[in-house]
Amino acid sequence: MQAKHLQQPSILYLNGVSVSFDGFKALNSLSLILAPGELRAIIGPNGAGKTTMMDVITGKTRPDTGQVLFNNNVDLTQHDEAEIANMGVGRKFQKPTVIESLTVFENLELALQGGRKVYEAFFHRLSKAQKTRIDEILTLVDLSARADELAGALSHGQKQWLEIGMLLIQGPELLLIDEPAAGMTDVETEKTAELFKAVSKQHSLVVVEHDMDFVRALQCKVTVLHEGRVLAEGSLDQVQKNQQVIEVYLGR
Amino acid sequence: MRRLSLLFSSSSRLSFARLGCALLMICMWMLGSGAQAEPADARLEPILTQLKTAGFAEKEQLVSKLSEIDDPQVAPILSALLEGDLQYAKKGEGEVVILRYANDLYSAQNALTGEVTEDVEKRAFKKISVNNSLRQLLRASLAALQLRAPDVNVRLEAARNMMKSDDASNIPLLQRALEKEQDASVQELLSVDLAMLQARYGETTQSRVAAIEQLQGELYVEVRSLLRSFLNTNGQGEFLEPDPAVRQAAQEALDAIESLVAFNKGVENVYFGVSLGAVLLLAAVGLAITFGVMGVINMAHGEMIMLGAYTTYVIQQWMPNHIEYSLFVAIPAAFLVSGLAGVVIERGVIRFLYGRPLETLLATFGISLCLQQLVRTVFGSLNQSVITPVWMSGSIEINGALSLTYNRLYIIIFSILVLLALAALLRKTQFGLQMRAVTQNRPMASSMGIRTGWLDALTFGLGSGIAGIAGVALSQLTNVGPNLGQSYIIDSFMVVVFGGVGNLMGTFVGAMSLGVANKLMEPFAGAVLAKILVLVFIILFIQKYPRGMFALKGRAVEG
Amino acid sequence: MTMQLGPVTRLLMNDKGGRYLLLALAALAVIVPLLNLTMAPGSALHVSTYTVTLLGKYLCYALLALAVDLIWGYCGILSLGHGAFFALGGYAMGMYLMRQIGERGVYGDPLLPDFMVFLNWKELPWYWQGFDNFGFAMLMVALAPGLLAFVFGWLAFRSRVTGVYLSIITQALTYALMLAFFRNDMGFGGNNGLTDFKDLLGFNLQSDAARCGLFIASAVSLMVGYVLCRRIVNSKLGRVLVAVRDAEARTRFLGYRVDKYKLFVFVVSSVLAGIAGALYVPQVGIINPGEFSPINSIEIIIWVAVGGRGTLYGAVIGAIAVNYAKSYFTGAFPELWLYCLGALFVVTTLFLPKGLVGLLERIRPREKSASPTQSEVSGDAVATTGSAASTPSEPSRPAAADLRAGKAVEVSPSS
Repeated sequence: MQAKHLQQPSILYLNGVSVSFDGFKALNSLSLILAPGELRAIIGPNGAGKTTMMDVITGKTRPDTGQVLFNNNVDLTQHDEAEIANMGVGRKFQKPTVIESLTVFENLELALQGGRKVYEAFFHRLSKAQKTRIDEILTLVDLSARADELAGALSHGQKQWLEIGMLLIQGPELLLIDEPAAGMTDVETEKTAELFKAVSKQHSLVVVEHDMDFVRALQCKVTVLHEGRVLAEGSLDQVQKNQQVIEVYLGR
Repeated sequence: MRRLSLLFSSSSRLSFARLGCALLMICMWMLGSGAQAEPADARLEPILTQLKTAGFAEKEQLVSKLSEIDDPQVAPILSALLEGDLQYAKKGEGEVVILRYANDLYSAQNALTGEVTEDVEKRAFKKISVNNSLRQLLRASLAALQLRAPDVNVRLEAARNMMKSDDASNIPLLQRALEKEQDASVQELLSVDLAMLQARYGETTQSRVAAIEQLQGELYVEVRSLLRSFLNTNGQGEFLEPDPAVRQAAQEALDAIESLVAFNKGVENVYFGVSLGAVLLLAAVGLAITFGVMGVINMAHGEMIMLGAYTTYVIQQWMPNHIEYSLFVAIPAAFLVSGLAGVVIERGVIRFLYGRPLETLLATFGISLCLQQLVRTVFGSLNQSVITPVWMSGSIEINGALSLTYNRLYIIIFSILVLLALAALLRKTQFGLQMRAVTQNRPMASSMGIRTGWLDALTFGLGSGIAGIAGVALSQLTNVGPNLGQSYIIDSFMVVVFGGVGNLMGTFVGAMSLGVANKLMEPFAGAVLAKILVLVFIILFIQKYPRGMFALKGRAVEG
Repeated sequence: MTMQLGPVTRLLMNDKGGRYLLLALAALAVIVPLLNLTMAPGSALHVSTYTVTLLGKYLCYALLALAVDLIWGYCGILSLGHGAFFALGGYAMGMYLMRQIGERGVYGDPLLPDFMVFLNWKELPWYWQGFDNFGFAMLMVALAPGLLAFVFGWLAFRSRVTGVYLSIITQALTYALMLAFFRNDMGFGGNNGLTDFKDLLGFNLQSDAARCGLFIASAVSLMVGYVLCRRIVNSKLGRVLVAVRDAEARTRFLGYRVDKYKLFVFVVSSVLAGIAGALYVPQVGIINPGEFSPINSIEIIIWVAVGGRGTLYGAVIGAIAVNYAKSYFTGAFPELWLYCLGALFVVTTLFLPKGLVGLLERIRPREKSASPTQSEVSGDAVATTGSAASTPSEPSRPAAADLRAGKAVEVSPSS
């Protein structure tokens, strides 16, 4: 419908999104375009609106004004979390959130595409193909050896990886990832960056991150948020030279 | 306009004075009860002497003479004569006395001098007898006397009592009194009295209709029953009042009054609602702290209220001779008892369960069961009666159709005071600052040197202590029994949930709206159904606003 | 492992507690009535009718506890109003029993129950129609609580009322119902409720045979209920429920309609509670508004907590253990019972977060390590690591072995 506003095809298009909480403007007419297959890093000081932006895209928070177009045609602000997730938008939380009293395998089984209805879940049986798919992801996130352990027993970094694995197995078109490197060792951070780069060949990725080394390792376009709007956009080097950015963020 | 003037009629003025200095009044009553001996009017003595021997016809003349004398002793003498307490000694000088009976003893007050002789033999005196026509005369004379009394309050009461009279002979008396009267509110009452009598006994239709029209807007029960009596029919369906013009005027006046009464009933219901709201506020404000500020569901909160109520009971047992002051002792005592219990519960159980609200709920429920049983063991399972001090009983009569009971009024004022004190404590003191700091960011507060453990205990103690105070207030309204707390706990939770967590304003608005809604629905739906409707409303309301009316928004509060 | 097994056996393969429980129930269902009916009253082996009824009552409570464990233990919904569903089922059964009295009532009215005659009612209210039919009444036993749970749950879960808020409004729900049922003009007998029942399906309720029949029905219902709940929690549906309990937002972002899952399990649970109530009423001979009182509902929670939440069989054990203790104390030391119950709440939440079942499991792994046997090795090994890791921070988690049990069953056929 709104495709005429767009010059280029996009996977995600935020158009003038505003959100306020009791007078505080968390997002202030934020606009952002993400091309299909793009890997994008989002940085910004605390309170810049990064997490709120994620909340709006995934349907957790309804914006006061503005649209969020997915694949040029669906306005995500009209749908709830589950619908948005099933359309192909996956989200990883800032704090690693896995289902701790289920095993690693079962976590992935739940995330596996399909079978979201209640009766489907009741009669669900795992097919060979599905099991193979879970094994693939287990290998990818390096958790094959711990498949039958409770997710609660994993280390912080492993939980992050399991959550990323759960996102991938959902088969989303767009992945939103909030501070993936938090609590990871340097080696793990490096591996995570590699993983994202590999993943971005098939999926579009938005990564919110504080860790500049990690952002640099992603080698992608960077958007700087400040006070709920876009302050600057470009490569990390460009952004870091931007006088405004230095003032509000890097300079401090 | 008339309604306004009635609102400030002097009977309510008197009441406000009483309200303002209830304690002072107690002392004044004590002083005021002493007898004063002033020299009596010289005309009194011969009349009294004649009364002893006079026949009934003579007595009527004597009474008329007596009632013309302007002396403070006259009224007590006349009323004693009416009651048969005016007697004279069989022996000695045969002095005339007023015989009184109190505490199993007779005392005799000399009718002339006012001197009191304690512990007299009843047999030593002889009654001055009266007959019916004499009684009637005595009543009228007394009324007239009272209408002339120097004390405005005596005149007010007399004028109010006059409404019950349907004696046409009072008309000239009232007219004379009205002419002399200076006080506006007494005038007001007197003209109502007069209008009532004229409406009934007026000579022409016009004068009666005029009198009825004058009665329009008067809310006294007597006025309504008078007007209704004009509209009554006998067994054959004939009107008792033959004059149709009078009937029509009465009907109009009655309709106008009825709608005014309905309005006042509405005001009264709101008052009941606000007072229920005040009780809910007291009960819920402690919860607002423990639940709202600390996130702890305290199912034993109701039992903290119960402890407060029992503390009141115990205090009254300790000071049976000073019931008037007992509540002032009970308030801090209940705060301490419940608050201490709260601190013990927090340190002993709740602190191990932070972050696990459902477990906290269960553990505190267990505590509530133990406390209930403890009270049953100590005090028995029957309800205990807590005495209401004199200054809290009675009511203010705003107008004929609306009177507000004191206990509710005090509780409304008290709950607002508690709320204000609490708000001040949270906003202005170091303790309040630290408390808010801990709730917003526990690790940060802790690293700044705040002893969070103690603060939790104190905060919980504060919430529980306020529940104890609520118990003192509740002891004045309902029976004190082991189940007292249970009956308020659900309502208190409803208030907090409805108003929104962690917000005193929300608690206030929540309590008041639930209280008023409950009482406004009661006349139509009945008490139980009203309560059910309110509960259903809240269940639906919370669907729409899961975090209450005054919920905080934003990321920080979502968990 | 992949030999020919019936569906129920397969379901219970890794559920040792469940196996024992079902065996015990089956044995009870046979032995208790047998000893009651065949042994002479003087005999040492005779089980009195009183005992049969008492045990039957415990089994009804156990079914109720099972229903609560399904939603609380697995889905994290702490309902403080489940007594309401129990009572509704009980009232539906009570209405049937009232209609069966017929002309034998005190007033001898062929149609109206005594209390309606007493209230001067002339006609049977519309909602009493049909209850003379056993089938219809049984339908209502399930439908009345189910429908209430559906409407209430639909409203509550859709607007995401969770945690203590949900607990409080479920409590308000049962409180409101209690007030309503106390009213005479509701048409359910007001204060006194429904009582003086005569017979059920033609059997005199006072007869030994009827009591034994009801006992067997209770045991069978509990067994069926257990298998149903086990089937639910062992399916992927059960794992979604656990996911909702542990990380509701995560589950939603995985694309699950959390509200629908909660609604489903809430309705199932309420129907089970209703059936428990329906079996309970003819055994105790009365249903009154007191059953709606909030404290009753909270007591159910403590049965589950004492037994061990999130294990299903723990709830059954807890219900029977607590109620046995209650019968004992209220008989021997009536003054002490409330202290005990209160202390039970505190002690369980503070020291026994996994209940009696958890207590047993804490002892078991040590014994097992000496002689590891067959298929349970892997399960227990995980259970040990799992609980070791999660106990300090999350003591309320259900026993890991049972969660494992679900996965093993679902996965192994295809592997």
